[in-house]
Amino acid sequence: MSGKHQSLNIAALCFAALTLTSCAGRQQSVVNPAGPQSGQIATLWWFFLALLSAIFIIVMVLTALTLTRRHRGIEQEPLEATHLPPPQTEAGLTRVVTAATILSIVILFVLLVTSIITGKNLSELQDRKNPMVIEVTGQQWWWQIRYQNSDPQQVLVTANEIHIPVGRPVMIRGTSHDVIHSFWVPNLHGKRDLIPSRVTTEWIQADRPGVYRGQCAEFCGLQHAHMSLWVVAEPPDKFKTWFDGQLKPSAAPGTAVLQRGQQVFMNHACIFCHAIRGTSASGQNAPDLTHFASRRGIAANTLPNTMGNLGGWITNPQNIKPGNHMATIAMNPPDLQPLLQYLESLK
Amino acid sequence: MRIISGVICCCSLMLISSCQREHRDIRPSPARLAIYGDAAREDLIRPGGPVRPEAIVTNPYNASAYDISEGSRLFDWYNCSGCHAHGGGGIGPPLIKKYWVYGGEPANLFDTIVKGRPNGMPSWGGRIPEYQIWELVAYVRSMNGEQPRSATASRQDIIQTNPQNVLQRPPGVTK
Amino acid sequence: MSPAESHVPTAEEQEQHLRTLENSWRHPGGITGWLSFTTHQAIGMRYIVTAFVFLVVGGILALMMRFQLAQPNNTFLGPDRYNQFFTTHGTTMMFLFAVPMMEGMGIYLVPLMVGTRNVAFPRLNAFGYWMYLAGAIFLYVGVFQNAAPDVGWFAYTPLSGPEFSPGKRPDFWAQMITFTEVSAMCVAAELIATIFKMRAPGMSLNRIPLFCWSMLVQSFMVIFAMPSVMIASSFVLSDRTVATNFVNPAEGGDPLLFQHVFWFFGHPEVYIIFIPALGMVSSIVVANSRRHIFGYTAMVLSLIATGFIGFGLWVHHMFATGLPQIAAGYFTAASMMIAITSGVQIFCWIATLWSGRLRLNTALHFVFGFIAIFVLGGLSGVLLGSVPLDLQVHDTFFVVAHFHYVLIGGALFPLFGGFYHWYPKMTGRLMNEAVGKLNFWVLFIGFNLTFFPMHILGLKGMPRRIYTYSPEMGWGPANLLATVGACIIALGGIIFIANVVWSRRAGKVAGNNPWDAPSLEWAAASPPKNYNFEYLPVVTSRYALWTPPDERVIVTGLRSNRREVLATTLMDAQPDHRYVLPPPSIWPLLTAIAVTIGFAGSVFNEWYITWGSILSGIALIGWFWPRRPLELKP
Repeated sequence: MSGKHQSLNIAALCFAALTLTSCAGRQQSVVNPAGPQSGQIATLWWFFLALLSAIFIIVMVLTALTLTRRHRGIEQEPLEATHLPPPQTEAGLTRVVTAATILSIVILFVLLVTSIITGKNLSELQDRKNPMVIEVTGQQWWWQIRYQNSDPQQVLVTANEIHIPVGRPVMIRGTSHDVIHSFWVPNLHGKRDLIPSRVTTEWIQADRPGVYRGQCAEFCGLQHAHMSLWVVAEPPDKFKTWFDGQLKPSAAPGTAVLQRGQQVFMNHACIFCHAIRGTSASGQNAPDLTHFASRRGIAANTLPNTMGNLGGWITNPQNIKPGNHMATIAMNPPDLQPLLQYLESLK
Repeated sequence: MRIISGVICCCSLMLISSCQREHRDIRPSPARLAIYGDAAREDLIRPGGPVRPEAIVTNPYNASAYDISEGSRLFDWYNCSGCHAHGGGGIGPPLIKKYWVYGGEPANLFDTIVKGRPNGMPSWGGRIPEYQIWELVAYVRSMNGEQPRSATASRQDIIQTNPQNVLQRPPGVTK
Repeated sequence: MSPAESHVPTAEEQEQHLRTLENSWRHPGGITGWLSFTTHQAIGMRYIVTAFVFLVVGGILALMMRFQLAQPNNTFLGPDRYNQFFTTHGTTMMFLFAVPMMEGMGIYLVPLMVGTRNVAFPRLNAFGYWMYLAGAIFLYVGVFQNAAPDVGWFAYTPLSGPEFSPGKRPDFWAQMITFTEVSAMCVAAELIATIFKMRAPGMSLNRIPLFCWSMLVQSFMVIFAMPSVMIASSFVLSDRTVATNFVNPAEGGDPLLFQHVFWFFGHPEVYIIFIPALGMVSSIVVANSRRHIFGYTAMVLSLIATGFIGFGLWVHHMFATGLPQIAAGYFTAASMMIAITSGVQIFCWIATLWSGRLRLNTALHFVFGFIAIFVLGGLSGVLLGSVPLDLQVHDTFFVVAHFHYVLIGGALFPLFGGFYHWYPKMTGRLMNEAVGKLNFWVLFIGFNLTFFPMHILGLKGMPRRIYTYSPEMGWGPANLLATVGACIIALGGIIFIANVVWSRRAGKVAGNNPWDAPSLEWAAASPPKNYNFEYLPVVTSRYALWTPPDERVIVTGLRSNRREVLATTLMDAQPDHRYVLPPPSIWPLLTAIAVTIGFAGSVFNEWYITWGSILSGIALIGWFWPRRPLELKP
């Protein structure tokens, strides 16, 4: 039984190590760091894992060994009489237990110190002189993104997708509109809760270009499962191109179909909640759609942004995200198709 | 044994009482999605007009806590509060009152919202689906105490926790 | 008492004594009688059986959740149903199974272990049980009305506030907490009084069994922690019912206030569940190693230290809320410090097992399983105590894995060991050993198969409390494995129930002390008579039944025609005075009904607080109607 215990647990540890380093599912993974913050945390993780696994194996071996001792019938006589082993045994055990306790204290102290040092390092990864500040407001069940800037013309409002330049520290200032959410992009940093009536801050930085997935990590209601976001890290010049493009108002509809689509948008309930800069639609309750087609996903990245998915979403959002706040508007095909084309033209 | 059956009897009695309050219709059926477009704008006295839909006189979301809550959300999202405040009125008449000009029964409220009324009440019939109008009706009724107390939120929570209401630290002051 | 003053009762006196004792302590008959029981064995058994029912219910809910998560984009449970299920699962397991079960074991065993006839306040004991049952029924009446809470077992605001949770769902949750916490406080009060003041003469504080120490520490923790959750749930309840703004950020309240007050309870809560289990492990280890526990003083001190330090950890549930670094550092240090106290206990047990002569019965199997699982869970807990690591794995399946390892490994496995260990005492028959060992292995394998992959899922980014996930995340295989493991756990549960039922009729007859264990409960009959011991024992050492029989002393002279017990001094258990316990009474049930009317009604209309108070006042008058104890015919 001891052997089985041991081998079970060691097998489990090997399995863990293998699957963690496997290629599948490296998106949104804690052990796939792409920035200095998550890198520090990942290093700390491997250190803790190594040390704690060693402790576990030692304790398991000792436990298993107690089973081998019983057959040798050591200290049988005194036990029968007094239910106590001989004093030398007790003294020896006392020494071992004391040593083990002291060793545990030392190890825990080491873990504590490394943990605090890492925390301190993380808090120093900031750029106070020229911060890039992105305000993230959690909503049920999407992310409102606002690039802060002292120049109002450079303030960008978008939703569900953040672009950041590679190598630059970015401050995420988070709050929530309704309930507590949590901003979490594991490839870049740990999570920070978005609490209504408070502002919480976190610095993230990407050191290599890539697309990193994040997900809400504080239970926020019916569609907590479908509240995710993309953080796209790009070289600074590409970022600037993207940013300048996003600041522009929406593309005016060129063809008749697109104009019809815009008309459909304006004549339906869409305008009560959504905004498209460059048109008279300026609803504040729902994601900004000005450059909707440039985003990778729809409905807080529940689905990829394709025309088919968009059609399914608009005709019946409750089918995809039951309980979400988007109204289910009955729409005829002659109205729907141009609308889809129009929305997908908003690059 | 007798205890258990006694307990079961009492519990089953209570089972009946809250069917309406906790009803949640997250995926409204297609019938509820109707948009009262042309029908809403039709004049009652036009002879020989198209067949009008069957009169609905009960609110399907009556006494449903979830839908009253949805109505409260929609009341702000669709900016009813812009004219009616949160029942007290402003540009528009108050919605917490005893005497309703166009009737205060659910069917009347539905009509008012769908068709609009003179002197500024817009017509929502062609804009938002029927189920949302019923949710708004339920909410307006709850403001007047016409919904069961257990299904009505105790607070109106009219001050939203918008970022605008949040104490902001100036940029540069960070954790 | 010197031997010269002692009086050995003659056979006739013993006969007479026994007959009157049987008469004084007999259970009243009929339905009203059954509802009036105040003996600790009956009420302890009620707690145990009821809590076990809720273990099964919570387990079924978990199985449903696992079916939903087995496949990506599964449609077995929709979001609303899933949210209700995971909330109810957590709430049931924490409030309706774990704490009451430990209390039940304590109520059953503590008077036997300290050598007395009943707990200090028998009617309060009954009242506590009725309150627990009422709270459980109250919650489940809500569950069957589509009003099961759906905001998580911790019900963070503002999600659980009136704006975002319409209807009465969190109200059922919040008020159920009030019921069960009143119950827990009753049990805590009576256990402390029993352990402090009703021990057998000679059982000084350093001679009480470790299980009694653990119930003592746990009871003190209950007294300090439960009011905190009552306050937190009352914040939510009054915000929802009478429009207060305690935790409404829009009007100056603070959602983090709720979190602090809740977790000030929430962290000690897990130790409240876990510490009695540690006591059970000690009992099982001592009996089956046939030696004194190694390091009794160290064990006691680490139990007490765990109890104290457990109150200083709560903010580690809130590391992601944007705390100042110094505060976070303090709570990291405290979280790691508690690993030392638990570690000392583990080392002492290993030392005991090492130098003992082991009897590898099912109970000891569960102890070994406990060590393996709990140590892994504790180590993942040390990891979670580190703020940078916690910021990554908080609110992911890594945490789910951690707490199931420590709660199932640290509390459930010892509990099952305790069932196998004390079943002969409670029923007079031994459970089947072969089936028991099978039971252990099925549970052990099933448990690890279910929860080990969750560590990996958490590291791969899977958050908690999500009802589904998409296939490209790569979480499917591990989830499927976990579901298979859950089915195996269910099988283990079925095997256990089968063993319990079968052994009731066909198990080997146990006798008083099948394990040759040293603590006093094994001197009583199996199952114990209502009066526990014919004559109360006097103890001269820590291991009463390991003293030679001719050195054992009893107490004579207590009345047998009333329910009389001996109260002794706190430290050294010198006889202090005699105390007559009240006879069976229906008033605890009536008071519980009155209080239930008040609590349950107040969720719907605050006037019920008034009606409930009036009724409770009347019931309490009936309960405490002054009568001289000696005039109370049993």
